[in-house]
Amino acid sequence: MIQLILKRLFTYIPVLLVVVIITFLMIHAAPGGPFDAERVASPEIIEKLNEAYNLDKPIHVQIYNYLFNAIQGDFGPSFKYPGRTVTELIMSGLPTTIELAIYSILFAIFLGVISGLVASLNPGKILDIVPMSISLLGICIPSIILGPVLVLIFGIWYEVLPVYGWGDNPGDKILPTITLGTAYAAIFARLTRGGMLEILGQDYIRTARAKGLSEIRIVIIHALRGGILPVISFLGPAIAGLLAGSFVVETIFQINGVGRFYVQAAFNRDYTMILGTSILFTFMTLTFVLISDILASFLNPTLRDSGGLE
Amino acid sequence: MHWLIILFLFLVGCSGNTDQKSKVDLYSEKGILLLGNGTEPSGIDPHIVTGVPEHKILLALLEGLVIFNPKNNGVLPGVASDWMISEDGLTYTFIFNPEAKWTNGESVKPEHFVYSWERILSPELGAQYADMLYVLKNAENFHKGQIKAPGTLVSTINGSELLTIITSSEHDLSIGNIISLEGFSNTGGIPSDNINKTFSILSVPSSKTFMVSLGMNAKSNATSSAATLIKPFNDFNKVGVSAFENKLVVTLENPTPYFLNILTHYSTWPVHPETVEKFGGMTNRNNKWTRVENFIGNGPFKLDSWEINKSLKVSKNFLYWGNDSNKINGIEFLPIDNELTQDRLFRSGGIHLANTVPTEKIIRYRKERPKELVEHNYFGTYYYRINTNKFPLNDVNFRKALSLSINRDLIVKSILKGNQKVSYSFTPPDENSYNPNTKLEFNPVKAKLLLKESAYDINNQPLEVLYNTSEGHQKIAQAIQEMWKKHLGLNVVLTNVDWKVYLARETQGEFDISRAGWIGDYPDPFTFLDMMVTDRGNNKTGWSNTKYDEILNNAASKISPKKRYELYEEAEKILIDELPVIPLYTYTRTYLLSERVKNWQNNILDTNPYQFLSLE
Repeated sequence: MIQLILKRLFTYIPVLLVVVIITFLMIHAAPGGPFDAERVASPEIIEKLNEAYNLDKPIHVQIYNYLFNAIQGDFGPSFKYPGRTVTELIMSGLPTTIELAIYSILFAIFLGVISGLVASLNPGKILDIVPMSISLLGICIPSIILGPVLVLIFGIWYEVLPVYGWGDNPGDKILPTITLGTAYAAIFARLTRGGMLEILGQDYIRTARAKGLSEIRIVIIHALRGGILPVISFLGPAIAGLLAGSFVVETIFQINGVGRFYVQAAFNRDYTMILGTSILFTFMTLTFVLISDILASFLNPTLRDSGGLE
Repeated sequence: MHWLIILFLFLVGCSGNTDQKSKVDLYSEKGILLLGNGTEPSGIDPHIVTGVPEHKILLALLEGLVIFNPKNNGVLPGVASDWMISEDGLTYTFIFNPEAKWTNGESVKPEHFVYSWERILSPELGAQYADMLYVLKNAENFHKGQIKAPGTLVSTINGSELLTIITSSEHDLSIGNIISLEGFSNTGGIPSDNINKTFSILSVPSSKTFMVSLGMNAKSNATSSAATLIKPFNDFNKVGVSAFENKLVVTLENPTPYFLNILTHYSTWPVHPETVEKFGGMTNRNNKWTRVENFIGNGPFKLDSWEINKSLKVSKNFLYWGNDSNKINGIEFLPIDNELTQDRLFRSGGIHLANTVPTEKIIRYRKERPKELVEHNYFGTYYYRINTNKFPLNDVNFRKALSLSINRDLIVKSILKGNQKVSYSFTPPDENSYNPNTKLEFNPVKAKLLLKESAYDINNQPLEVLYNTSEGHQKIAQAIQEMWKKHLGLNVVLTNVDWKVYLARETQGEFDISRAGWIGDYPDPFTFLDMMVTDRGNNKTGWSNTKYDEILNNAASKISPKKRYELYEEAEKILIDELPVIPLYTYTRTYLLSERVKNWQNNILDTNPYQFLSLE
């Protein structure tokens, strides 16, 4: 098992390398550079700036230099924020983004699994149709719409929740969490329902029923374990998606997370920042997928031997 | 599962805004301003940053020789309590206020300004606003590394590749410095044309003697050769600024009547030399002196905290000389780049100032929030930039036809709806000072006639209008596309690209017509007109007119504002006659300001030094 995890960790190296090289080539191919400004700087100044940021060297030298420094943990200075390093900027926003992602995923699991469970126990009835219809809506409404609507209702009409910030005012984490988590709650609901319906029809559940076990015990102890397997498998990609997609929610609610850097860096042609955030999100995606694979293998006996990692 | 439930309940439990008073109410009582400030500032180094959000913050943290007067766009005493201007308008003597202090208690000295101006003018720093100080004598040469240290140059014959340079004056040079020789000729050995004229200094026997290598296989045969030593190093004392006790004496290239106005721009504000040296050195762009724990300023407020993408907080600087009238105890600058987020925050009582208003809400707010909605003229022009190197845009009749078929009133009234004024000149007019008598009419009949006279042929390729992605630019471009189609029968394609692509294409001249905007840096028409001088970096149209250049050059030496404005107007007429740019409208600033903020002045530069404000 540990061997398999190590093997997976090893695959990080080529993946990250490819990401760095492709990102490097793409940002240099994109028209417009970090020093293009409305107030045009003289060629002398642009030259000095290119020199200062090593952009005067051939691209393969730049890639080599970048990798050489990055291995030592130095991701360079930000172009857009002179005086600050990429590492520093990322670290300023990462804890907030991770916190937001965790709350959102917990919210999504809680709401999604419960409604999926309720639906699966009442297939075809009103308790199935209503939550599943709502969940379809949840998947369809993007957070860029849901967020402002929630703000309008709870922040401006009823004035019960703050519309801004993260951890500054009581309750300001609620709306961002719901906004970011809803789409995933909806997906989890559908995954849970599907997983549960499949398990509930299996022989061992019938055996449990025949033994006279209470329905709650059957569902919670026996069925749910297998029923939420699809949810667990999807957890990794979901968290990675939440992190990468957090910039929308961070923008709507003015949250100082790392997602905003990811998007702003591209618009600013902040080369080092684009690379730094790309590496970060690649790394996190790989890691969360790995973790969810490990979890799934523990829950699913048929995968346990291989660790579900192959 | 239980822990999940508990966690969720905890999350929900945090809710409940029981305060009856809004944040704005509470903070107003504390005397703290809450300002929506656009994007996250890229920094707070006055010599590196370039944006409006940065300006708003620096206005609190630093102070120049003079302060912008928000009531009349003039100046008030700042670090300099008084100043004298020589009769020829070339020399300014600033007398320093002994009470002007840095936040560490030290006095602000004239030397600090000399250091600061050397810093921004140092080519190595790569400051984008260095040209603001080009009005100083020799500043442009220094910035371009072209300060010349003239002197007769004697070279001893070594018969080797080593050349000894002896100059008539002392120079502060050291090994490794690069120097250039102008007018240097090598009388023997290889022809002088083949000799590199830029040398790296190998040794410095005395302050007047330097040894350099001529390079491989070159033999020096030069005797007493007259030449000029071009020394790009350490020659800031050639630039027109020097300190004498409590005075700063500034010498200008030309009488520049708006020099004091330039001094209200943050690029001319001082930095604390020791701090800058300690945390990275004069020309290091990644200097750490701007960190909260390191920052030393001289403004009415001091830096308390700075959380990226969250807030930057300042509080009253008790060492500030002008505190008697300063009623503000602190300011929180909130970086909110999303207009709608900011709007919601203002409406929920979270900020005193929302620095923009979504266009679609302006009309509603005029009814619903007439006391909070502020609209006033801004010192900026929205225009279309023409690539005059391209056919058929190189034809002035064609350009005129384009302008004559634009109905500016319609654009302003039906698209913008923000009380913008139609432009009749490139420089935004001001009824009290510069008010050029130029006209840009809407006359489709005349336009058609001019089109016929022009070289344009209906079978020519369609014209492209380039703009950076934005709904506002798109609506205007679509309207103009329609007008040109309707009145001239022109086929126009619209191209929207992201900001950086737009800038790159404009700079490289890869466009036909592009939308553009310009906000003046200081309240003088020169900030607009100078842009269109031949080969200026911001000209970007390829347009060049010797007479125009000459008039502006002449105007620079006129002390009397009246004479200067007359010349400006002449230049303006050439511009409007030739139309390398087609002005469309004068910008309006539109924002939401809480009624609790008092003494706010609506001025064309949209600048209000915070120490003049108060909160109720």
